[in-house]
Amino acid sequence: MTTYRITELNEQVVKYIAVGAAVLGTGGGGDPHIGKLMAQEAIRKHGPVRVISPEELEDDALVIPLSMIGAPTVMNEKIPSVEQMTKPLDLIEKELGRKVTAIMPIEVGGGNSLVPVIAAAERGIPILDADAMGRAFPESQMVTFHLDGIDCSPITMADERGNAVLMHAIDGVWEERMARAVTIQMGGSASICDYPVSGAQVKESAIPNTLTLAYEIGKTLYESKELKQNPIEAMLKQLNGYALFHGKAVDIRRRTEGGFTRGEAIFEGTDAQKGRTMRLFFQNEFLLATEDGQSLAVTPDLISLLDQDTGMPITTENLKYGARVTAVGFPCDPRWRTVKGLETVGPQYFGYDAPYVPIEKLAAERGGAQ
Amino acid sequence: MVDTNVNNMEEIYRIGIDVGGTNTDAALLDSKLNTIHTVKVHTTHDVNEGISESIRRLLSESSVNPAQIRYAMLGTTHCTNAIVERKHLGKVGLIRIGAPATTAVPPLADWDDTLKAIVGSHAYIVRGGYEFDGRTIVDLDEAEMIECFTKMKGNVEAVAICGVFSPVNTSQEKRAEELAKQVLGADMPVTLSHEIGSIGLLERENASMLNGALLNVIAGVVKGFEEALQGFGISASVYICQNDGTLMYSEYALRYPILTIACGPTNSIRGAAHLSGLDDALVVDIGGTTTDIGVLSQGFPRQSSAAVEIGGIRTNFRMPDILSIGIGGGTIVRSDVAQDQVTVGPDSVGYELLKRGRIFGGDTLTATDVAVKLGRYEWNDAKMEGLDESICRRADEIITRDIEDAIDRMKTSADAVDVILVGGGSILVADNLEGVARIVRPDHYDAANAIGAALGEVSGETERIYSLDEMTYDQAKEDARNHAIEQAVLAGADRDTVQIVLSEDIPIAYLPGNALLVKVKAAGRL
Repeated sequence: MTTYRITELNEQVVKYIAVGAAVLGTGGGGDPHIGKLMAQEAIRKHGPVRVISPEELEDDALVIPLSMIGAPTVMNEKIPSVEQMTKPLDLIEKELGRKVTAIMPIEVGGGNSLVPVIAAAERGIPILDADAMGRAFPESQMVTFHLDGIDCSPITMADERGNAVLMHAIDGVWEERMARAVTIQMGGSASICDYPVSGAQVKESAIPNTLTLAYEIGKTLYESKELKQNPIEAMLKQLNGYALFHGKAVDIRRRTEGGFTRGEAIFEGTDAQKGRTMRLFFQNEFLLATEDGQSLAVTPDLISLLDQDTGMPITTENLKYGARVTAVGFPCDPRWRTVKGLETVGPQYFGYDAPYVPIEKLAAERGGAQ
Repeated sequence: MVDTNVNNMEEIYRIGIDVGGTNTDAALLDSKLNTIHTVKVHTTHDVNEGISESIRRLLSESSVNPAQIRYAMLGTTHCTNAIVERKHLGKVGLIRIGAPATTAVPPLADWDDTLKAIVGSHAYIVRGGYEFDGRTIVDLDEAEMIECFTKMKGNVEAVAICGVFSPVNTSQEKRAEELAKQVLGADMPVTLSHEIGSIGLLERENASMLNGALLNVIAGVVKGFEEALQGFGISASVYICQNDGTLMYSEYALRYPILTIACGPTNSIRGAAHLSGLDDALVVDIGGTTTDIGVLSQGFPRQSSAAVEIGGIRTNFRMPDILSIGIGGGTIVRSDVAQDQVTVGPDSVGYELLKRGRIFGGDTLTATDVAVKLGRYEWNDAKMEGLDESICRRADEIITRDIEDAIDRMKTSADAVDVILVGGGSILVADNLEGVARIVRPDHYDAANAIGAALGEVSGETERIYSLDEMTYDQAKEDARNHAIEQAVLAGADRDTVQIVLSEDIPIAYLPGNALLVKVKAAGRL
């Protein structure tokens, strides 16, 4: 999709990535505002952070994903410390007995797209233009590394007090259980390094150029505003996406189950789509959009809600009654469409009845992109 | 206008004043909240002159005995203007109780350099803070804090204190206030963040800083208002309007000026509710330059859920959810005969309407001219010659469509809603609008904001995260409700009249233990 790559993160690039990452966050992953401020502060202190692409890595390079785990609401209040960002990195280096070559985001959705920037700036090491989701997902095993059978261990976590944990999990599913329990003890929000990978594994398994992609989405949204173009149309073109629905939120039902916010939002069509109704199901992220019981888009394909006027993304937490939105959908990385991919993040995993059908096919059945 | 109550020497009256950008409106209400009289005067450069003039006219035109006026309420834009214009702001020392957490983002990170230099050159992070469930992260470092206050000595006019999860546990912020007074003197004003905003550290910290910076501004407002009242022989309890539609004692307002921001639209909504007798409706307030639309829900304005920027600073305290569009009585209508085009606004002749409007003998076609031409409103001596009916009809279509569209945006369901029309510009609107069940045009519609100011409800709020592993949903809601009611009573509400006016809960994502953020607001009569 992209023809060039970003090579450096400065304050402006970070600003664009934050907005693009909110689109790729598909309603989840938290508001990237704090991630943006943390990254910008680190850049002010240490200068721009170098961005490298997977091809630039030696096969035996060590790449460490770094992210925050826990509740965005907590992170927005108990903002992380700088030390908390380098601590799990130090611990994992010690455990592996090696220095890290590059840091990468585990997901490119929401605030976690920018969390690795702080440690990269502090340590003077580059950040990798790739992630392991190509979007945001709620659980630790929902990464391409898991699909490829890559070991998630050792796993390190830290809080702001100076506590740190080293764990070995037999797989990402166990990591999710244990890490979630540790997160609670650490106050609902913690830093985490998992799936330490080699350069070769990154080239084989990570989703490349996703920071650049987030940057381009953000740039399109901001520039459309200045150029007075329709930002949503410009972005759909850029992402091979589909406009799913044009309407306003008339009912939002949320409930908490096992620490996750699940729910559904109902939208009534406006303008040319008056009289139509879309249902959008979410578990932190938007996972299923339907109209009259028929799917419009299904996880793992991406579903985002954009403000009709500004094109700016709306998170599940900020979605409110009366919001005027355009729901858009994008194809996911092909690896999520494999048998194991769909077992991990498909509609059945999240408890939905709908079968997975690729968004391109659903659109074609409805008569093409709208 | 003047009713028999005026002759009743037992009657107690209240005055409400709303200072807007163009007009200062004032209303006199009796103890049953009947409107006795209203006036509208120009807002003057020195705002206090307009306030005095409105009181003078209110008294002379109503013949009410000033001694019988017991309550005086003021809604003002002074504080909003001070922030937007960056004028009269004081220097504030900030303590964030956050280390070892929070250090990745320094205080005032998203403030522009000018404002930062004016307000906050003494900002520090000290050790302390709480978890979401109220557990201590680390104890407050009192020695470090005393050191910070010592550095501020002589350099700041106020102090703001913002601790991690202070809305959940207020102890450390309260202790910090004691230390600030020890070091900087008992007179040093101290703003505690948990009294200003909700969860979201940076936004609450920003709001607390702005609050501290506005203390001089609000002191001038309160002093001016009290002097004006005394000058007319009125010895009333003085209240200042907050942006949630309730009042603060003047002593409380002197501590929390930030809460006055955006009280104007709120006052209109409250006034509209009172005048129409409706509790649930859309309120469309059409002024000279803009139309503000708010949602009246159970007698109060619906609050915005998003972070709100004031003068470019992101804050998170309660604000009414208002949609503004550029249509008002003074909105300029243009026509291009060659292109066969009619456009409306977005610019306005504003307060010059009576000079520049065509029906008043001026040279500019305005929305008011259109309304008069189409027979919506009669104006004595209106100069109608030369007003082109077809241009007026086309302008009217645009105005109607824009207002209908804005109404639709604020609706909460597809059902038709009731609309209460207030403000001087409400004559622009036809008697039926698409998507609207009925249009209510109450008496005194053009002073709804001053009447809203005078109504006099005081409120209390709770916002807290509960763990539903430790209590039931009903217990959590009950606890939040009780706390909100106590807060309202503390603020001066009559306990027998206190009602819950807002109650919502939001499950907190990614947090096991079924954590629930509960917000409750209670309000009652003075």
